[in-house]
Amino acid sequence: MDGWAHHLIIAPIVLPLVAGALLAVYDERRQFLKGLINLVSTLTNLYIAIVLLQQADTSTTGVYLLGNWPAPFGIVLVLDRLSAMMLLLTAVLACASLIFSLARWHTAGAHFHTLFQFLLMGVNGTFLTGDLFNLFVFFEVMLASSYGLLLHGSGPRRVQASLHYIVVNLTASFFFLVGVSLIYGVTGTLNMADLAVRIPALPTENRLLFEVAAAILGIAFLVKAAMWPLGFWLLSAYPAAAAPVAAVFAVLSKVGVYVLLRLCPLLFGTQAGEMAGYGGTLLLVGGLATIAFGTLGVLASQAMTRIAGFSLLVSSGTLLAAVGLSNAQITGGALLYLVSSTLTIGAFFLLIELIERGQNPGADVIAITAETLGEENGEGGEAEVGTGFAGTPAVLGACFIGCALLLIGLPPLSGFVAKLALLAAVLAPAEQGATAGIPVANWVFTALLLLSGLAALLTLSRVGIRAFWAPIDTVIPRVLVVEFVPVIGLLLLTLGLAIKGGSVMRYMDETARAMHAPSAYVDRVLMAPRVPPAEAGR
Amino acid sequence: MQLLLAISIGILAGSGVWLLLRPRTYQVIIGLSLCSYAVNLFIFSMGRLRSGAAPILSSRTGSLADYADPVPQALVLTAIVIGFAMTALFLVVLLASRGLTGTDHVDGQER
Repeated sequence: MDGWAHHLIIAPIVLPLVAGALLAVYDERRQFLKGLINLVSTLTNLYIAIVLLQQADTSTTGVYLLGNWPAPFGIVLVLDRLSAMMLLLTAVLACASLIFSLARWHTAGAHFHTLFQFLLMGVNGTFLTGDLFNLFVFFEVMLASSYGLLLHGSGPRRVQASLHYIVVNLTASFFFLVGVSLIYGVTGTLNMADLAVRIPALPTENRLLFEVAAAILGIAFLVKAAMWPLGFWLLSAYPAAAAPVAAVFAVLSKVGVYVLLRLCPLLFGTQAGEMAGYGGTLLLVGGLATIAFGTLGVLASQAMTRIAGFSLLVSSGTLLAAVGLSNAQITGGALLYLVSSTLTIGAFFLLIELIERGQNPGADVIAITAETLGEENGEGGEAEVGTGFAGTPAVLGACFIGCALLLIGLPPLSGFVAKLALLAAVLAPAEQGATAGIPVANWVFTALLLLSGLAALLTLSRVGIRAFWAPIDTVIPRVLVVEFVPVIGLLLLTLGLAIKGGSVMRYMDETARAMHAPSAYVDRVLMAPRVPPAEAGR
Repeated sequence: MQLLLAISIGILAGSGVWLLLRPRTYQVIIGLSLCSYAVNLFIFSMGRLRSGAAPILSSRTGSLADYADPVPQALVLTAIVIGFAMTALFLVVLLASRGLTGTDHVDGQER
């Protein structure tokens, strides 16, 4: 990797930063221009993510030394298969929700486009960084823009939800800081690869302190991933958010899962000596509890947005439990499940807004548009005149069935393939021999995962009948074609994931194997060559 | 010095948590500020407490043991900036909530 290809690693951070800063310059009357800049930047981001994915898949781990300082001393960006995959997932979801928002939602409040780009920057940075403190900084960039985006559209409900969301996340950030600084105090480094080297060499008297630090740090990520006793904030925040915002937030809750996926095998893998497998049981039990709670919630919910929120909990719980089981095969299945469920829930959040627009004409969308109209004159008005097209109910229904199939985990879409891959790995007999058998936890995991599918089936049938068949005086929602495009696009992507299941699964398995054998990652980061001074001065 | 610092961090964090759990938004924001002070001091103390030691090398000779660890000081600076920005942002949301709901209860309604 040399020349421009090397510098491409930093592009997913710099591009949204520049675009976001540029967008902040124009005022709110230039909506078309702002939308265009945002769209160009987001599409470029998608293209870069695809190139980076190919790069990560064909060559070794890419390391980018910021400021040309060697690894444990300077800050590094690391691109491996896992981060490339997450970048692409984010980019896809961002494109979908941006296109969706361009139809009407982006005018519902100020600075939507700027915040959107900064959110992308924060999320991309989180996936690329190889340093714990930088992780905190990107986390905060992401959270700060998510606070703004959650408020997008305003209204008492959103402000109330934001208030709770901000307090919970700020508190989680304090845990993050305490954990990070304690880790620095114990080990003297914050570079993830360097940490992995130093952990086995920790003196025994410092081990307890390090475990405390890791536990405190873990709380911050578990709050973000919404593990059972820490996840109640999600259910008031996400359903309150504007639809395109909620769709992007679907990937936000996966950020916590990503960090755990990254750190658990790296720091507490088999090479960690006495600390190997630290926290695994907690993640497993917590994940199972989250699935159980999410399943009950799905069964009990009436509003579709709450069903989507609880589905997100189920998906988080499944992933956490899979991280807790800490096994390369299971992780491979879990990665596919992560991609599939994130796309699904993103599409579902977008779809819900379209469906509920029909059920409840004059719902909060219009109230909000009227609110902004008072301040801004014009713009909002034309969003109302949108020409819906005749087949709207049929397309909405088809999309709903698609989302339902994905959430339940029925063929032919990727929800089925992902659950199959996960369960096949969970129920694969242990390698040590026939005597080991399958642990009870794995059976519980399987049962809960299948039950969650059943709960989704029951609830979605009930809600679907009520939304599409039961109404007598059906109001056909005015939906623009451009609002269908992202939903259908995401659903087609999941279909593609299922069709190309073989090659996708190969990628996931290689990712998982690399994660569980982190010595290659560690070597690449710590041995990363500096750019010679002459070239650096260019 | 260590005992004094530990006690002050404890008092700040304790008061912060208590205020965080109170029902008024103003109490919550003060609680958040106190917690962030406690956390900042904690980060700072992770570089080990030293007095009269500079964090920047002044000459090429001499022992590194004469210097304080600069990394926690850099970290705490970042944390202060971010914490400050978040407090400002929370203040705006707090005011918006007060304006929209007419109460300063965190749930937007009196119980």
